Amino acid sequence: MRLFKKYFKEILLVITALVFLSPVYIMIVNSFKSRSELYENVLALPETLTFEHYIRAMDRMNFGLAFFNSLVITIISVFIIVILSSMTAWMLARKDNTLSRVIFMTFIATMLIPFQTIMMPLIQFMDQIMSTTGLPMLNTRSGLIFMHVGFNASLAVFLYHGFVKSIPISLEESAEIDGASKFTVFWRIIFPILKPITVTVIILNVIQIWNDYLLPSLVLTDQSLRTIPLATFYFFGEFTIQWNQAMAGLVLTIIPVVIFYALAQKHIIKGIGEGAVK
Amino acid sequence: MSKHHNKLWYLVFVLPLFIIFATVVLIPFFIGIFYSFFEWDGFSANPMVYVGLDNYIELIDDGRFLNSAWLTLEFTILSLVLVNVLGLGFALIVTSALKSANFARTMFFMPNLIGGLILGYIWQFIFSDGFRVIGELTGYENVFRNWLTDTDLAMYALVIVFSWQMAGYMMIIYIAGIQSIPGEVMEAAEIDGANYFQRLKNVVLPLLMPALTISLFLTLSFSFKIYDVNLSLTAGGPANSTELLAMHIYNEIFGYNNYGYGQAKAIIFFIVIAAITLTQVYMTKKREVEM
Repeated sequence: MRLFKKYFKEILLVITALVFLSPVYIMIVNSFKSRSELYENVLALPETLTFEHYIRAMDRMNFGLAFFNSLVITIISVFIIVILSSMTAWMLARKDNTLSRVIFMTFIATMLIPFQTIMMPLIQFMDQIMSTTGLPMLNTRSGLIFMHVGFNASLAVFLYHGFVKSIPISLEESAEIDGASKFTVFWRIIFPILKPITVTVIILNVIQIWNDYLLPSLVLTDQSLRTIPLATFYFFGEFTIQWNQAMAGLVLTIIPVVIFYALAQKHIIKGIGEGAVK
Repeated sequence: MSKHHNKLWYLVFVLPLFIIFATVVLIPFFIGIFYSFFEWDGFSANPMVYVGLDNYIELIDDGRFLNSAWLTLEFTILSLVLVNVLGLGFALIVTSALKSANFARTMFFMPNLIGGLILGYIWQFIFSDGFRVIGELTGYENVFRNWLTDTDLAMYALVIVFSWQMAGYMMIIYIAGIQSIPGEVMEAAEIDGANYFQRLKNVVLPLLMPALTISLFLTLSFSFKIYDVNLSLTAGGPANSTELLAMHIYNEIFGYNNYGYGQAKAIIFFIVIAAITLTQVYMTKKREVEM
C-alpha cells in the first residue's frame, strides 16, 4: 500500500508537469498538421510528419538572418557588459570614496526606472546624437548593442560589486607591491576569482537580451536587422494567421532557448535565484 | 605608484561604462521629465509648446488612463495570488523526496525562459482554436470558447498566461527558502505529532516569510510592467479591456503622437513603480534584521 502511494505520487507529479507544459505539446503537434486536420482536432497527433510549414515559416520570418542578428547582438552585448561592469564594480568597491559611492548609488537607483519612462526621450536623444556626431545609434546592430549595455549595466555592476567585497584585499595588495599595474592585477588575479558571479551575469543578460522585444522594435527599422522577437512579431502581423505555419515559426524560435536550457540548466536556475534575491 | 597614475586607472575602469550608462539611462530620464511639461506631437518640424503642469493635471480626469490603471491593478492582484499559489505549490512538491522532482522542476521553470512575446502567441492559439475544440469535445462550450474576444474573459486569459510564465520563477525563490529551513525544526515538529498541514501552517510558512516577501514584490513589479505578453496575446483588446499601463503609455506616445502628455503618464508610472520597489526593499531589510 505504501509503495503504491509512493508511485501514485510520482506519477501524479509527472502528469502535473506534463499538463503544465501542454501548450508546448499543442504548439508542436499543430506545426505538422494540415489545415483541415488542425481544425478537426487541435489536441490529436499529426497524421503525417511534414516539415513543409517549417520551411515556409523559415522563409517568411527570414529565420536564418533573424537568428544571426539575435546571436550577434546577444553575444557582443553580454561580452561588453561582463568586461565593463566587472572592471567598474571592482574599482568602485576598492576605491571606496564619496565619488565611488555616488556613482554606485546612481547605478542602483536607476534600476527603479521602468523602460517605458525612458523609451521616448532615449530615441529622441539617440536621434540627436546621430544627427550631430554621425555616430550610428539608430537602426544599427551596434547602436542596439550600445543601448543593451547601458540598460543592463546597473544589475551587473550591483552583482559584481557585492561579490568583490567578499574577496580579501590582501591578494591584490601584494601583487601591487610587486609592481603589477591595476590592469594586470584585475585581469590576472581578480577576474578569475569573479567566475561564479560572471556566470550569473551572463545567464541573466542572455535571457533578457535574447527575449527583448520593445527596445529593438524602437531602435531597428530595417527588415534585415530584425532579431527573433521582431521577426516573430512581423510574421504574425503581416500575414493572415495560418496557425500550422505560425506554430512552426514559434517552435523554431523556441529551439535555441531549449538548447541553451539543456546545456546550462544548473547555472540558469542558480543564476535566476541569485539575481532575484539580491 | 603616483597619485596621478591612480586617478588615471580609476577613469580607465569606471568611465567607459558610466558614459554608456549615462547616455542610455540617466540623460534620457532627465530629458523625459523635461518633455512632460510640453505639448508636442513628436515631429521635429512642429514646435514644442510649454504647458507647465497641464499634462499632469489633465491625466487626473483622463478616463482611458484611469481605466487602464484600474485594469492594471486588477491584473496585478489576480496575478499576485495565482503566481504565488502556483509557485509555492510547485516548490513544496519539488522539494519533497520524489524521484521525479528534478524533472518536474525543469518543466515548471521552462516557460520563464521563453520570451513573453512568443508565449503570448502560443496561448493566442490555445484560447482561440484550442478552447473551441475542447469545448466541442467536452460539451462545456460556454466555458471553453474564445476568451480573447470576450471583454470580461480576456483579462483572465492574460492572468493565466502571465502566471504560466512567472510561476516557475517564483518557485525557484521559494525552493531556496524551503531549503534554508533547518531539518531539525521539521523533525521536531514531526516527532511532536504535527501532521503535514500543521507543519506547513505553523513551521514552513512562518519561516518562508522572507522568500514570500521577495516573491510578492517581484510579482508586483513584474505584473505592473507587463508589456510583451499583453501585446502578443490581446494587443489591449477587445475594446481596450486589457490595455494595461505600459501598453497605454506606448500607445499614447507612439500611437496617438501625444509625446508630452504620454511622457507625463510615463513619469507617473515611474513614481508608482519606484514606490512599490522601495517599499519592497524597506520591508525585506526590516525582515532581515528581525531574522
